[in-house]
Amino acid sequence: MAALNDEQTMLRDMVREWSDNESPVTAFRKLRAAAPVEGYDPAAWRALSEMGLPGIVIPEEFGGTAFGYLSLGLVLEQLGRNLAVSPLASTAAAASAIVLGGSDAAKTEWLSKIASGQVVATLAIDEGPVHDPAKITATVVDGKLSGTKAFVAEGDSAGLFVVAATDGLYLVSDATGVTRSPRHMTDSRSHAQVTFHSAPAERLGDTKLTAQVIDRATAITCAEMLGMAEQAFHTTNDYLKTRVQFGQQLSTFQALQHRMAKMFTELELMRSAVEGALEAIDAGRSDLDQAVSLAKAVASDTLHLVSREMIQLHGGIGMTDEHDAGFYIKRARVLETMWGNAAFHRERFARLNGY
Amino acid sequence: MATAPELDVAANPLESFRTETRAWIAANFPPSLKGQDNSMSALEGPGDLSEDEAAWKAAMGEKGWGVPGWPVAYGGGGLDKAQIRVLQEELARVGATNPIGGMGIMMFGPTLLEYGSEAQKQEHIPAIAKGEIRWCQGYSEPNAGSDLANVQTFAEDAGDHYIVNGQKTWTSGGQWADKCFALVRTDKSQKHGGISFLLIDMTAPGVEVKPIRMISGQSPFCETFFTNVKVPKENLVGREGQGWEIGTRLLQHERNSLSGGGGASRLFAGKPMGTLAKEYRGEDEKGRVPDSDLRMRIVRHEMDSRAFALTLRRAAMEAKSNQGPSAATSIMKNVGARITQDRAELSIEIMGMAGLGWEGEGFSEEELTQTRTWLWGKAVSIYGGSTEIQNNIVSKRILGMLDHQ
Repeated sequence: MAALNDEQTMLRDMVREWSDNESPVTAFRKLRAAAPVEGYDPAAWRALSEMGLPGIVIPEEFGGTAFGYLSLGLVLEQLGRNLAVSPLASTAAAASAIVLGGSDAAKTEWLSKIASGQVVATLAIDEGPVHDPAKITATVVDGKLSGTKAFVAEGDSAGLFVVAATDGLYLVSDATGVTRSPRHMTDSRSHAQVTFHSAPAERLGDTKLTAQVIDRATAITCAEMLGMAEQAFHTTNDYLKTRVQFGQQLSTFQALQHRMAKMFTELELMRSAVEGALEAIDAGRSDLDQAVSLAKAVASDTLHLVSREMIQLHGGIGMTDEHDAGFYIKRARVLETMWGNAAFHRERFARLNGY
Repeated sequence: MATAPELDVAANPLESFRTETRAWIAANFPPSLKGQDNSMSALEGPGDLSEDEAAWKAAMGEKGWGVPGWPVAYGGGGLDKAQIRVLQEELARVGATNPIGGMGIMMFGPTLLEYGSEAQKQEHIPAIAKGEIRWCQGYSEPNAGSDLANVQTFAEDAGDHYIVNGQKTWTSGGQWADKCFALVRTDKSQKHGGISFLLIDMTAPGVEVKPIRMISGQSPFCETFFTNVKVPKENLVGREGQGWEIGTRLLQHERNSLSGGGGASRLFAGKPMGTLAKEYRGEDEKGRVPDSDLRMRIVRHEMDSRAFALTLRRAAMEAKSNQGPSAATSIMKNVGARITQDRAELSIEIMGMAGLGWEGEGFSEEELTQTRTWLWGKAVSIYGGSTEIQNNIVSKRILGMLDHQ
């Protein structure tokens, strides 16, 4: 855990308490069964909004708290531990685009609504199943955006889209010319194909802004992955201490102890890499792109390892729908894929370092 | 990392300390030693000091700055943490390294300061602080390496002295050491409780060393034999039977020094792997390392190194803000060892045959050093508690897993 100030410690503890009391994994199980159209529980989103969480990366003059990305990461980590479902990550990423590139009018119009939780916003970037900003084809002609975006998170309910076109980022706030087709995914969250037919679009910035916003979205995703990996690991460790085989607790077997020690080691490195990326964004470092690729590659590899081992070390029970392990591995793979998997970010890291 | 704000020197004692330190270093550090690291001396023996080296060592020893945090009363510098950092920064600024090191500094001194009698501290600490005495560690035995509690070297009570018989192994620098801090058995009826911590003069009759030749060609370790060696009772540290407690405390100092800041700075010294690869393998038409499999493994290694560097930084910040060690410190030894070895393996792979030279014509000095570094590096996952032992510590102490019944 990074060295936190009092404000951050309070924020983390508050969200942790809410997550454990109001949004344990059983809440996700119920939500999956209820399958609301928007993909999340509106009452839970209201509760998070009342805590001011959607405004964490929004300046105070626009109704936010401006606590920064490390703080947002702490929140998402706590929510990720229990697989809480909310449009917080998508909304914050979209808000970052408006903060960085929006006109004064756009900031005034949208940021306070986002900060209060009144508007759910999201990024619409990729056009295929694999993250690749180089393959964007959506275009804007005379302020009208056309193109199809694949697997848009919160695409079922978002009222505001930050959309990537060939020449940069645009804000689409009008439902005119927007059609959504849900895509039901393994993680039971909201993803939709969203098609824009000459939708009115307001320019936010060029492709440099697109890259900056994707970096922020990626770092935010890593924080949720960190919480999931931590919890998957601890659930497994607790299980090994209770399960008896061959007249011994599983946790007494050295072969399993060393696998857990290896995972613990990778988790410590993951935490450093993820917090390092969030801190790099807060500090406005010029090499934050490298820090983000480091974080996403390490986070993807580690969550991949821990989510596989969670099932393996639970044995047969881990394969059942009755157990939570499946929830972790299903969401893990979606987040690993989102904003580029480990291979994508290793390639990008190599390029950024000139080799 | 945050940079220090501009400060009014007169109003800030730390800044006036910096000014004094800078002046003292300028007056005493021979510029000919700039950038010279003596880190290989542990492997290759002390060698003869040049006039400049001797002068620098004497000056630092006299000032107590070889061990800046130790008490002035025993020849240390008596500096606080902030002052030590200033000293390190000022030394680094002019390319000066601390000429005083070794096991006396890293492990034995801090332990003796904690557990030694006043007379023992007076006798041993000042000589360590000046770098006049070389110590070696008498812990491992042929059948008690990782299972250290199984030591058999026996110290028999003979009134005012002990008679020591037995064999130690992996005695780093035993052939150059003046003295040895050893774990010996004083009671055969109990395991941990029968171990004592004893200081043995390596020149005493009955002490014999035999260097062990390693796969790197170097002989930094010895087998050490004790045959009826007479050791005065005043050389017992702590109580009889307290050796296990003292010995494990010393191992914490060892682990810290193996995994801490010093080790890490060496880890990131040298060329980035991508640069080395382009030197030996050239570039493809896009300016990349041409072998894509190698290129990706370089990336994995670089990412691992950076995540480790961030973890070192995080652990230091956590220790500072929580006033205690971070959970992350338990993994440092293993990760440091893994990265060191990966780096060496990658380097010789990149260099091809040029990275496997043993001696003689046709190889650069760097290439021959790389061969030794690679082979020597196999020790880092074994010494100071093997990777497996560290994993046992993590699983039991941090994760609360249990011993097999």
